[in-house]
Amino acid sequence: MNDKLIDKPVSRRTFLKGTSTSLVIGMYLPMLASKSATAAQPVSSATANAFIKIHANNTVTVLSKHIEFGQGTFTGLATLAAEELDADWSQIRAEHAPADVKLYVNSLFGIQGTGGSTAIASSYLTMRKAGAHAKQWLKQAAAKLWQVPVERLEVNRGIIFDKTTGKKATFGDLVSTAAGMDSPTAEVMLKTPEQFKLIGRDLPKLDTADKSSGNAQYTMDVHLDDMVVATVAHSPKFGGTVASFDATNTLKVKGVIDVKQIATGVAVYATSTFAAIKGRRELKIQWDNSKAERRSSKVLFNDFHQSLASSGKVAGERGQIKDVLSQSENTIELSYEFPYLAHAPMEPLDVVVQHKNGAVTTWFGSQIPTIDQATIAQVFGVKPEKVQINTLLAGGSFGRRTTPDSGLALEAALVTKAFEKPVPVKLVWTREDDIQGGRYRPMAVHKVKATYEDNNILGWQQEVATQSIVANSPFAGMIQNGIDPTSVEGAHNQPYAVPHFQVNLTDMHTGVPVLWWRSVGHTHTGYVVETLIDTLLEKTNADPVDGRVALLAEYPREAQVLVSVKKMAEQAGKPAVGRMRGVAMVKSFGSYVAQIAEVSKGSDGMPKVHRVWCAVDCGVAVNPNVIRAQIEGGIGYGLDAILHGEITLADGGDVNQSNFHNYPVLRINEMPEIEVEIIKSAHAPTGVGEVGVPPIGPAVANAWRRLTGQQITRLPFAKSINT
Amino acid sequence: MTINIKVNGVNKEVDVTEDTPLLWVLRDELKLTGTKFGCGMAMCGACTVHIDGSAQRSCTMPIAGVANREITTIEAVSSKTANAIKAAWNELDVPQCGYCQSGQIMSAVDLLTKNSTPTDSDIDASMAGNVCRCATYSRIRKAIHLAADKLKE
Ligand code: FES
Ligand code: FES
Repeated sequence: MNDKLIDKPVSRRTFLKGTSTSLVIGMYLPMLASKSATAAQPVSSATANAFIKIHANNTVTVLSKHIEFGQGTFTGLATLAAEELDADWSQIRAEHAPADVKLYVNSLFGIQGTGGSTAIASSYLTMRKAGAHAKQWLKQAAAKLWQVPVERLEVNRGIIFDKTTGKKATFGDLVSTAAGMDSPTAEVMLKTPEQFKLIGRDLPKLDTADKSSGNAQYTMDVHLDDMVVATVAHSPKFGGTVASFDATNTLKVKGVIDVKQIATGVAVYATSTFAAIKGRRELKIQWDNSKAERRSSKVLFNDFHQSLASSGKVAGERGQIKDVLSQSENTIELSYEFPYLAHAPMEPLDVVVQHKNGAVTTWFGSQIPTIDQATIAQVFGVKPEKVQINTLLAGGSFGRRTTPDSGLALEAALVTKAFEKPVPVKLVWTREDDIQGGRYRPMAVHKVKATYEDNNILGWQQEVATQSIVANSPFAGMIQNGIDPTSVEGAHNQPYAVPHFQVNLTDMHTGVPVLWWRSVGHTHTGYVVETLIDTLLEKTNADPVDGRVALLAEYPREAQVLVSVKKMAEQAGKPAVGRMRGVAMVKSFGSYVAQIAEVSKGSDGMPKVHRVWCAVDCGVAVNPNVIRAQIEGGIGYGLDAILHGEITLADGGDVNQSNFHNYPVLRINEMPEIEVEIIKSAHAPTGVGEVGVPPIGPAVANAWRRLTGQQITRLPFAKSINT
Repeated sequence: MTINIKVNGVNKEVDVTEDTPLLWVLRDELKLTGTKFGCGMAMCGACTVHIDGSAQRSCTMPIAGVANREITTIEAVSSKTANAIKAAWNELDVPQCGYCQSGQIMSAVDLLTKNSTPTDSDIDASMAGNVCRCATYSRIRKAIHLAADKLKE
């Protein structure tokens, strides 16, 4: 087992001493420096300030303040720390940091949390400083042990050595000495990019071995003494509540222990997962649907279109769009529909909560620990620090585990509280709960009107109707002048030099809970902007890449990825007969991504995507292997959505889809061959978890339009092509 | 009721109702958690195990149906082919979130055991039942080819 952080108040001195086999090195941020200088002050684990543990067995554990759910954050953050520590990669391990906002704040959010592809961007300096401090500390320990000046010591691949005497020590050798010493408080020098030995290399991922052997532990795998498993029957309509229920047959199911009504439905408690699932099927529930959303998707789309007619708030504007539109002869008008999408992470949602002796312990893939902690604390009436979160690996998230209201953690707390016993309760959502549970990518309708004259694009008006993700949430502060940026990002600030331009937003309200879904607003804005620009370039006789580049004079990084991706595709030669290529470029989360997709018409009439070339500029490439993996995965995830992804509500408001048989997902036979090129860059690194997603849809759509003449504006493709 | 099953070469006696799917016996009773729950209706492959050497979905396999048959899970699969697959998975860093990978590996081992030189369309045909929401499919394909090559050496 890994060493635990000490969780009772101890003096900093004692804390640093720790045990002689393990050393916790605090990396004191500048603003905490004065505090750490008063060494006698008692500190609890809340001020442990630790990112790096060094063990007597010569391994190094890097504590990740971000959850690892497949995006490679363990490997990425550990690379940064190991670089400045001059560790050997083989001695590096990673684990999740505890929930502690003071220590592990995401500098871009102000709370501890993962999302918006911020892990590397927000930790680039922090983790490197942590590594540099740890190195300095170990050097001081060696200097003391050998009675030599610290300046004479050097570190290389996990070995500290004295150039003069030739003495050598591993990190593990120095743990006992270092444990008795104060942490260095002076500023440390960080390397320049030319000095990097690990950053920029294809280091193997830290979690691959456990994930290739069945050893990796997810929440679903938690088994504790006396643990009870719970399922919850949720209303089939969003906003429905329990009017009454009859659990007679449920209680007859072998293994079912109890049934309780909670705020979100009816909870079934059992000794095994199967009994909890089976018992739930036997419940008879009368729902009160008086406040439920009962509109079908068809009606909702109609309402969205209607609302657009009475134009919304201006989100971005330049020139004289109204005049240009009214005077122009060459006009394109398109109307796009984007359905709800479920995230469907591979591991269905799950949380383990135990309430015992006034303290709460939880085990789950917590993506916003600060909010989860506060929410759980409120349910049990305890202080947030009484809620311990053991963050576990999560089987995917794609945004689903970042509910601003901590919906899942809240339900788990309610379920455990209602059970009224001090045992751990594991709440398990089935795939059906997941697909039907809402928190979807919001539906969106875009209406665009654009004009051109003499091979020039003149005007661009785009009206967006969608539901705000952040309204009424702790992130509501993001809304500025009535505009939720996640509704229009990538549209109101699109880079192409169109002289007359306007983007309007109409905020829609539905009873369907919505959420960020891998790449958020760019899932629809990227599709519209990139299919429209491509259509306009075709109309104005411009090359799709050169034409874009010509409109990007002030956006060199956007232009660069386009130029690079064009070269990649050209090197592959001309497409075979019956295939066509389409391009798209989307900047999101600070990274620049251009893709070219090669597409033919499959035997089922649907697009068959053979190959995708992708150029990405994400600043310094911390680990190219992880970046390529994320881009490949993003392309697959985005392709899945535009081909098949669609959640629809039936008349009355029930969700039509329930599992992978009617919510089809991308399978290996639909996965294109992908080539990724990472642009060499000295810019600070930016995220890659989401940025592969937005361009693939429009790249495929543009290829399809050039191949078949058909402009796909009602997503997914399956809907436009089959109906 | 008490049912005798043989898992990873060891005889086990489990006390469950006979409609209990093998998946939940493995996970909840035997604590073999490498086999995953993804859909519960044979649509995703996360729960893939070998029964008498063939890949099967354990989530829809009632325990009564596997009495006295040889069940192998990710924890114990260790033929030469299985080891080559796992080594290839490591070499190419296939997993992202990792949740689907036990099932992917069990399906890939079955494929490569029966077909030592699978083509891309062989891979499509036998791996299409295994969903990966992280879309690690291109690396899965490459890793199967890599393992096949290594086994030929
Ligand atoms: S859990 Fe068995 S196939 Fe999905
Ligand atoms: S690696 Fe995440 S689902 Fe396959």
